[in-house]
Amino acid sequence: MTGRNGSITAVGTEMRSYYGRPIVKEPVWTWEIPAYFFTGGIAGGSGVLHGVAKLTGHERLARTSLFVSAAMELVSPLLLISDLGRPERFLNMFRVFKVTSPMSVGSWILAVSGGATTTAALLELTGKLKPVKTAAEAVSFVFGPPLTTYTGALVADTAIPVWHEGRHELPWLFGAGASATSGAASTLLLPPAEAGPARRLAVGGALGELVLTQVMEKRLGFIGEVYKQGEAGKAARIGKACTAIGAGLLAWKGSRSRAASVAGSALVLAGGAAMRWSVYKAGFQSAQDPRYTVVAQRDRVRQRGTAASSEG
Amino acid sequence: MSVAEVTGTPAAWPDTYGEEAKPRMGFFTDTSICIGCKACEVACKEWNLIPEDGLLWSGESYDNTSELGANSWRHVAFVEQRAPLRLDGDEAGIDAGTDDALRWLMSSDVCKHCTHAACLDVCPTGALFRTEYGTVVVQQDVCNGCGYCVPACPFGVLDKRELPSGPAEKATLDLPILGKKEDGRVWKCTLCYDRLKGGHEPACAKACPTDSIQFGEVDELRARAEKRLEKLQAERWNGAQLYGHDPDDGVGGFGAFFLLLDDPEVYGLPPDPVVTTTFLPKLWRTTAIAAAATVVGAAVACLAGGD
Repeated sequence: MTGRNGSITAVGTEMRSYYGRPIVKEPVWTWEIPAYFFTGGIAGGSGVLHGVAKLTGHERLARTSLFVSAAMELVSPLLLISDLGRPERFLNMFRVFKVTSPMSVGSWILAVSGGATTTAALLELTGKLKPVKTAAEAVSFVFGPPLTTYTGALVADTAIPVWHEGRHELPWLFGAGASATSGAASTLLLPPAEAGPARRLAVGGALGELVLTQVMEKRLGFIGEVYKQGEAGKAARIGKACTAIGAGLLAWKGSRSRAASVAGSALVLAGGAAMRWSVYKAGFQSAQDPRYTVVAQRDRVRQRGTAASSEG
Repeated sequence: MSVAEVTGTPAAWPDTYGEEAKPRMGFFTDTSICIGCKACEVACKEWNLIPEDGLLWSGESYDNTSELGANSWRHVAFVEQRAPLRLDGDEAGIDAGTDDALRWLMSSDVCKHCTHAACLDVCPTGALFRTEYGTVVVQQDVCNGCGYCVPACPFGVLDKRELPSGPAEKATLDLPILGKKEDGRVWKCTLCYDRLKGGHEPACAKACPTDSIQFGEVDELRARAEKRLEKLQAERWNGAQLYGHDPDDGVGGFGAFFLLLDDPEVYGLPPDPVVTTTFLPKLWRTTAIAAAATVVGAAVACLAGGD
């Protein structure tokens, strides 16, 4: 509601604004970016699963997760390049390495991890150059984990209120989502008897994802309401439902029935995609309303003022 | 390198420039003498060859520019208020005590050229850089339009200039100066880097007929702003305050700061902007621990079942 002097009244918050216009710009990213959060997560998570499965003697799972990871590592850069305003300049990402830019760090992680994983997958297929393959697998194992979580840092390192204030949970949330979806991807492709570890990873990751989403929404306070509204809210509801039902199905019948295993992992994958989409859309929604930018900052100013006057 | 280090000196300036470093240049925009003529917007567009960005009536006082963006590097805000301009009760015959008081605030907004600039920090290509004048500029031959700086800016200054979508749009943008494959890159105020190099002041400041936009060395402008504020406060101007002049604020002070006549949010500015990368060291720690946790998760999954 816009009132005198351009004041906006909302539930529990009152502030003034410039004709209700947004203060921060919403991202210019398109669908490729949340799609990459999904594929990059599976790429990194499957790289991790491959390494651990290999070390613990789950050969078939190791092979499957390596191919899943490689496929996703190939798709991911295409998505990112297609989102650029000037795709032909994508190599400019490698002019510099900047620790102050999660996108710079992430580009290097994806390049190294992608190179290593696809090399390992090719050598696995051809059965040649064993030592090179092992080296590539090792690199992929080291760069997989940060690939799953840096995207959380990437969105949190902005002025978008719901992302910036979610910085304590987002890397964890994206890591859990990556574990769930990479577990589900391998479960989908393997017979239940061979998919045990992947299935457990899918169920555990899904639980983590659901819990972390709740924790984040709660801690965000009134900004967290964007996860209940509009497209972000819709995607969050679908994502939570798919993830919960899928994980439940996998835990209940995933070890005995191939059908349940396939359905459950498909649901966890769909849920993961929906949850990434929800985070992406929530960012836009929180940028569009100046309340989310102003109210918290105004509180900060007020608190400083109180502190200063009590000192003086 | 600590990104949290708020020292009051922009990273990479003046140190990396050595003897080529120049004094830090910026703007002091004194909105108390802005008359809303928009000469700054026009001069900026002309000098920097910025394309037209829609001719729409907003219905928001005299403001049809609405916001800063890829094609608006100066934006004059117009605020109509039922409030007295001065609190001494005798401004232009209006009694401050009645509801009849009316004031019209105008302010020319611009890129703040932050001491700690989030856009520059997050730019993955190095297209955004700190000039020898301490200003923040996008190198258009490097920018690949990744768009990360757009949501990183706490003021919503930067934006991507879209490629024309239809043939009609293409025709209007087919100027020789724009070349063939423009655009898809991010654009913002350069503080007229080219003019500075030639020893001239930026186009907006040059065009401003009231000297509401003052260009100069930031230190000198800060001192001038303090004096101006003292004067306005002594004259009991309603709501006079400096915005962005404090080197200890969340972005280490603006290179382009303001004297406003109401709270920043009334002009569409954030009341307490903070450079997002202040939190990045801690965020990287969280990210690393969460990454390690994915390995633990996979290990537990692989070892738990005994299969």
